[in-house]
Amino acid sequence: MDSALIPKGVKRCPLWQFLLFIGAAGIVLLWGVYAMFLCWFKGLNQTNMNDYYGFALWIWADLAVIAVGGGAFFTGLLRYIFGKDALKNIINYAVLIGFICYSSALLILAIDIGQPLRGWFIFWHANVHSMLTEVAFCLSCYFGVLTIEYIPLILENRQIDKVPFFHHLGHNMHEVMAVFAATGAFLSFFHQGSLGGVAGVLFGRPFAFREGIFIWPWTFFLFTWSAAACGPCFTILVTKITEKVVGKKLVKDYAIELLAKISGWMLLTYTIAKFIDTWYWATVLAPSQGFTLMDFYTNNPLYGIWILITEIAICGLVPAAILMTPKGRKNPVALWIAISLAVAGVCLNRWVMVLQIMAVPVMTFDNWVLYFPSWQEVATTILPVAYGVILIAISYRYLPVFPNEAELNPIEPLPAEEAEEKSVEPPVDLELELKPAEA
Amino acid sequence: MFPFNFEWIWDMGHVVFMGGLWYALTILGIGMTYCIIKAAIDASKDNGDPHH
Repeated sequence: MDSALIPKGVKRCPLWQFLLFIGAAGIVLLWGVYAMFLCWFKGLNQTNMNDYYGFALWIWADLAVIAVGGGAFFTGLLRYIFGKDALKNIINYAVLIGFICYSSALLILAIDIGQPLRGWFIFWHANVHSMLTEVAFCLSCYFGVLTIEYIPLILENRQIDKVPFFHHLGHNMHEVMAVFAATGAFLSFFHQGSLGGVAGVLFGRPFAFREGIFIWPWTFFLFTWSAAACGPCFTILVTKITEKVVGKKLVKDYAIELLAKISGWMLLTYTIAKFIDTWYWATVLAPSQGFTLMDFYTNNPLYGIWILITEIAICGLVPAAILMTPKGRKNPVALWIAISLAVAGVCLNRWVMVLQIMAVPVMTFDNWVLYFPSWQEVATTILPVAYGVILIAISYRYLPVFPNEAELNPIEPLPAEEAEEKSVEPPVDLELELKPAEA
Repeated sequence: MFPFNFEWIWDMGHVVFMGGLWYALTILGIGMTYCIIKAAIDASKDNGDPHH
């Protein structure tokens, strides 16, 4: 029924099967939307936030999706600014994943502010002394960049591309994409960093407080670095999951391996920097404020020292070692393990920097207080996942997301394509037939 | 926020923050305007040459 919309040379599942899949994801989406409206209409009392925890679960989800969405800006930087042409096979998908991550992040913020109709206040009545203002500015602008990068992909749909204006618009946008990609990298550097900066400037929270350069604490640079290192791993992870779901190879190995190799080196350098930062904090900074390292990790079931070892060693050094070596990244099982660990590591880092900061007691009369989110928080945190699945499914079905898919999975042409090709052929045949008559 | 708003103060914070925002928005705006106008011109040329 919808074969005229499906890209040329590729095969898709029957429409009923596609709609069934969308329907299943749609039910989860509606659950999240219901929780979202509860938060908007009844207020933030729908969450379990309290005097200890001023951030709901979705703030962790917000920071995590922004970190893993960093694959879009870093892949774009490598492709358009550093000229890594092999990445053209995966850049579309990186942009789509980034678009989903950043639109989800903005949606989460719209829930968090409680009054989304007043969201524009942050632009008009900006507090220029707040790092979160910088985050809001750069996040919104970068979402604009991702939308601009996603539009040419939509315009390449078979039917839309037939309209001359849209055909040329997509072509022109491709031509100047390097300008947009450079702007996106600039914006990403600052908003990724400022999210880390928010934690680093909290001098009342010795677990998070760091020194730094000028107004930027070290956490500013560590957040940007980790997003650039682990974002591409998330792009590879989602690509591999998509390949498993559709049962096809979608991206050539050399593109995946190049991205994995760059991620591996970025991850190694980030892990070394994180280790130095942690060492200095544990031995110099925290003691200068009257704390020892174990004050931040003991006497509770959730935040033991294991969390620090897991983040730096298991989710940092291990995936870096696998991805850096040709043998490691060429082995499918090792690659799966490495990219999964890297993504888990950056999500764990954001968890620590959002929730553990508030769990650690800072006053002598304080206790460790663990946080249990309400179902509304869980539902609104799962909401972006369902939304992402739906948008990926629709984009995969109707847009040429993977340029190598037809080449990697050759098929017989669909009836609609054959009919289309035949409708183009007659003028040429007529011309050839007319020549003898003219002669 | 613009310099003509009552909250505006001519200090480093406002100039850097708001300057950065308007700088980024200007690049995106000019880039998209260029693409749209050029696409309209190219499409109008195509109408005169259907074999493009």
